[in-house]
Amino acid sequence: MTPELISSLSLASPELIIAVGALALLMVGVFSGRRANDIVNGLAVAVLAGAGAWMLLFAGHGKAFGGAFVSDPFAVFMKVLMLIGAAITLIMSVGFAKAEKFDKFEYPVLVLLASTGMMMMISANDMMTLYLGMELQSLALYVVAAINRDSARSTEAGLKYFVLSALSSGILLYGITLVYGYTGHTGFDAIASALTDTGRQLGLVFGLVLVLAGVAFKISAVPFHMWTPDVYEGAPTPVTAFFASAPKMAAMALMVRVTMTPFEPIGPDWQQIIVFVSIASMALGSFAAIGQRNIKRMMAYSSIGHVGFALVGLAANTEEGIRGVAIYMLIYLVMTLGAFAFILAMRRKDGNVEQINDLAGLAGTNPMMATLLTLLMFSLAGIPPLAGFWGKWYVFLAAINAELYTLAVIGVLMSVVAAYYYLRIIKIMWFDEPDEGFQPMAGELRLVLGASGLFVLFYVLIGAPIGRMAEAAAKTFF
Amino acid sequence: MLSGLEAAFFYLFAFVVVASAFMVISARNPVHSVLFLILAFFNAAGLFLLAGAEFLAMILVVVYVGAVMVLFLFVVMMLDVDFAELKSGALQYAPIGALVGLILAAELIVVTAGYAFAPELGGAVAQPTPDIATRHNTAALGDILYTDYIFQFQMAGLVLLVAMIGAIVLTLRHKENVKRQDVVAQVARKPVIEVKKVETGKGV
Repeated sequence: MTPELISSLSLASPELIIAVGALALLMVGVFSGRRANDIVNGLAVAVLAGAGAWMLLFAGHGKAFGGAFVSDPFAVFMKVLMLIGAAITLIMSVGFAKAEKFDKFEYPVLVLLASTGMMMMISANDMMTLYLGMELQSLALYVVAAINRDSARSTEAGLKYFVLSALSSGILLYGITLVYGYTGHTGFDAIASALTDTGRQLGLVFGLVLVLAGVAFKISAVPFHMWTPDVYEGAPTPVTAFFASAPKMAAMALMVRVTMTPFEPIGPDWQQIIVFVSIASMALGSFAAIGQRNIKRMMAYSSIGHVGFALVGLAANTEEGIRGVAIYMLIYLVMTLGAFAFILAMRRKDGNVEQINDLAGLAGTNPMMATLLTLLMFSLAGIPPLAGFWGKWYVFLAAINAELYTLAVIGVLMSVVAAYYYLRIIKIMWFDEPDEGFQPMAGELRLVLGASGLFVLFYVLIGAPIGRMAEAAAKTFF
Repeated sequence: MLSGLEAAFFYLFAFVVVASAFMVISARNPVHSVLFLILAFFNAAGLFLLAGAEFLAMILVVVYVGAVMVLFLFVVMMLDVDFAELKSGALQYAPIGALVGLILAAELIVVTAGYAFAPELGGAVAQPTPDIATRHNTAALGDILYTDYIFQFQMAGLVLLVAMIGAIVLTLRHKENVKRQDVVAQVARKPVIEVKKVETGKGV
């Protein structure tokens, strides 16, 4: 082995740990009989935690594999978020797996493989690794969306996601070929230097638009969001929780890296696109969620809206803006995990319920759950001093400092509209006639919901170190 | 220019490719069509060999003939498709087919003529192939694939693994009451089985 390969492998060691872990767990699952799901699920969480710890302690920063892979503070920050999302959703799936016959040991294995793909997306520094990472992630996600194969809605979700995602992959690839044709390179740094030398040509702008469209599909930004509500509603709830957390982190990191590294010299061009996508996502996320009756569908529109808010920071194209995106994604992750812990706990005697009206009068039957969800909903709506407010504060501040006044004003107005449907849930819980209560929450869900509630409540106290970490991550690009 | 034995083989392969390609679309029996397609692939592989691209030649035989065409053959033989009916309206699509063929031909000419207009493009290749006298192109491909692109290569491998796991997760069903062969049970010498000495003429 050459020294270059050894240093490359050590930089990519967290990815290697997860990939090798997934292969080993596949064997463990095959040979461990009836209790396979429990064992593999626990070990998969351990693998994710181990990879994260290894990354923070031992893996350094730098470029590997001839510049195709990069590990920098931004990548580490986003990878930690992604690993937390994947690990927590695996933990949350345990109770659901027992109750709903969702006990396939392949599920944690596929989540691990998807995580490998997401790590590679976050670290991609070349169009080829970008595409391969994205395919590895998506292919595993199609399967987990359809994993409840006896349910028509789950298979529909998987098929819908598969067909639309294949289309978006095609668009992305077409964009990559155009970029390659007009710059002669696939590496991000080489594309950036070619663009500085030659300026932009019309064909390259087409390439830029198509590449951004492909990535926007993965973060489910409008107008590439159509799959989100159906897939979120149809997939089993633990899978929806996974969809809403980890892949969003990876795709958003990829969006930031693609705009900040290869297309950095043509900032004004992509800024227009991001501003449009951001406004459209905020508007659709806010208005379309109002009419939803299913809480998973509502969370899908809510996630579309939040992606729009996070993109406000990216549109600013400043260090402050990227810091805002990083903080926003962290806060979004915590709130989403908490909300899905709650949705997973909406159980009656005859199974899980998903309608918003099922929450009626929860304050009377289970005041603790109702209080925590109220906190999360206030935070998602962006009411100060909760965490969600600070996430919006940083991105809007960055937009105003970058003189994007229209964007900031529209953003604030849309967050007011969005507050309506979050507050409606609170109203249903506290002021409607009590319905039959839910069964007691499982321990792990209680833990996640509680931790999430405490985080949003006390974000003011712990915000400073988080802000510093996000700032260090954002410095990568400036 | 080609000359001697090389030229003779080139024209042989080229003629057979064109002839069998024509037979693919004109044969009445679809099984014959598939067999002619296999013949066309074999001869195209021969052309690749003459051009010094032995890796492409072998891949063409292994992948297309070995896997894709066998699959085609299975499909043609197992599905009851009425090819006569399918072919009945073929002639009315001939103009569109000819148009598509023309566009393809024009594009191929543009691609190959690019080097004539801008000869410096030939030097702009990121990874030029080494001279065939010093390194065979299978080895040259391996040099790049397993060093510079090892990361991408392994990622592609993982993608295929996920596809395999996915196909199994979504389709495999463990049926009850299926009688599977259990070799261990078959060869085990349990106390029930014993060797008895049977006296001659008595029977068991």
